[in-house]
Amino acid sequence: MLKKVFARPEKHKMYFRQLFHEIDNLGVNSVGIVIVISVFIGGIMTIQFAYSMANPLYPSELIGLGTRDTLILEFSSTMLALIMAGKIGSNITSEIGTMRVTEQIDSLEIMGVNSASYLILPKLVAVVFIFPFLYILSVFFGILGGLVTGPLVGVISIPDYIEGIQWLFIPYYVTFSIIKMFFFGFLVASVPAYFGYYVKGGALEVGKASTKAVVNTNILILLFDLILTRLLLT
Amino acid sequence: MIAVKDIHKTFEGNKVLKGISAEFAKGKTNLIIGRSGSGKTVLLKSILGLFDIDSGEIWYDNRNFTETREKDRKKMRQEIGMVFQGGALFDSISVEENVQFPLDMFTKMSAAEKSKRVKFCLDHVNIEKKAFGLNPSEISGGMQKRVAIARAIALNPKYLFCDEPNSGLDPETATVIDKLIQSLTKEFEMTTIINTHDMNSVIEIGESILFISKGKKEWVGTKNEILNSNNKKLNDFIFANKLYAQMKESK
Repeated sequence: MLKKVFARPEKHKMYFRQLFHEIDNLGVNSVGIVIVISVFIGGIMTIQFAYSMANPLYPSELIGLGTRDTLILEFSSTMLALIMAGKIGSNITSEIGTMRVTEQIDSLEIMGVNSASYLILPKLVAVVFIFPFLYILSVFFGILGGLVTGPLVGVISIPDYIEGIQWLFIPYYVTFSIIKMFFFGFLVASVPAYFGYYVKGGALEVGKASTKAVVNTNILILLFDLILTRLLLT
Repeated sequence: MIAVKDIHKTFEGNKVLKGISAEFAKGKTNLIIGRSGSGKTVLLKSILGLFDIDSGEIWYDNRNFTETREKDRKKMRQEIGMVFQGGALFDSISVEENVQFPLDMFTKMSAAEKSKRVKFCLDHVNIEKKAFGLNPSEISGGMQKRVAIARAIALNPKYLFCDEPNSGLDPETATVIDKLIQSLTKEFEMTTIINTHDMNSVIEIGESILFISKGKKEWVGTKNEILNSNNKKLNDFIFANKLYAQMKESK
């Protein structure tokens, strides 16, 4: 399928139009949920770090440091990709799957359009392109969530939290996570597209394909997370 | 003209097409009829190249489609219009954009030229201007079929394929669709192949009829000959509807 997806487009202008549509549909429309989840998780992590470090021997800056590094290394990349696999992945499978069972894909093929490329390539490029931005957004709002929640519930002061998030900062962690996001973006777009493109039957099968796509994408994200962490971080 | 020669097609050991040969004339409405599961859709999709046949030949005028490379097939497909059973309109774009899609994809027309062509096609299938901006889900089944026909003729095709174009429509709308396809076939001199099991369509527009049963060609004729055929399988198919049995008796 990938060979068909990366074949030369019939008309570049049409593909670019689709690409901008997909950036808006799959990327920009995900910004809201990314912000909400990140703010809450950032806040929750700050409280949990404060609880587990309730020992006078530990400096309180560790709370900010722990929140920051967890967001940068794992939550805003892997966890966010798992969530996006559910949101974006099921959207891709159901959209392409419905087009398959209602013969819209056959219709494209008969017109002489490479349906795999026209339908999948713009989604793939859009998701790979938008994922690093969603990651940066998630880190920012996660840290902001901690900054608001920590002092609000009285587990840390604002100066301690701000000092903590600047303490022992390793920029490579961000680079590492952005590299991961390119891989996760590819998985979140390509695996659901595969399940949608080859679905057979009707509405029930599209639903089943959507579930299978999300499950398989999640497993692959975790597997790639393990491999990339081993290769790039240790 | 489209010709098929000794076509065979098997799915997982199940022989669906068993050596069908037929010719479909230019400027005529050629009907493929048969019971459900007789192989009509497989034959149609094989002619279109959506299924690769096991053996046999498919000719579009003097071009052997079976021996044509995929790259050249794609070019040939721009000469083909197809109306699917469910319309198969792209549901994320409007009626107007659906008809414009093949023009956007395959022509270098200016925006004004495209708009003119879209209007011409939609006018031809009697779609009112107020429906141009609606999405397919916002219009009736009959209108969806007419928009699908408009999209199919947008690139001025030489060949038009229709897979059960009036299924799910009331008899009056079905007749409108049948007549529309027939008039467009004459006007644009297309080779039209229609897949149907609707006897009303057969009697209305069956200028050339191919009856297939269990993947084999059983009978070829016209709408004037069909009621007087001696083919038992064909008669069983037609006269399952008592109305046509009465029509034959009254003749």
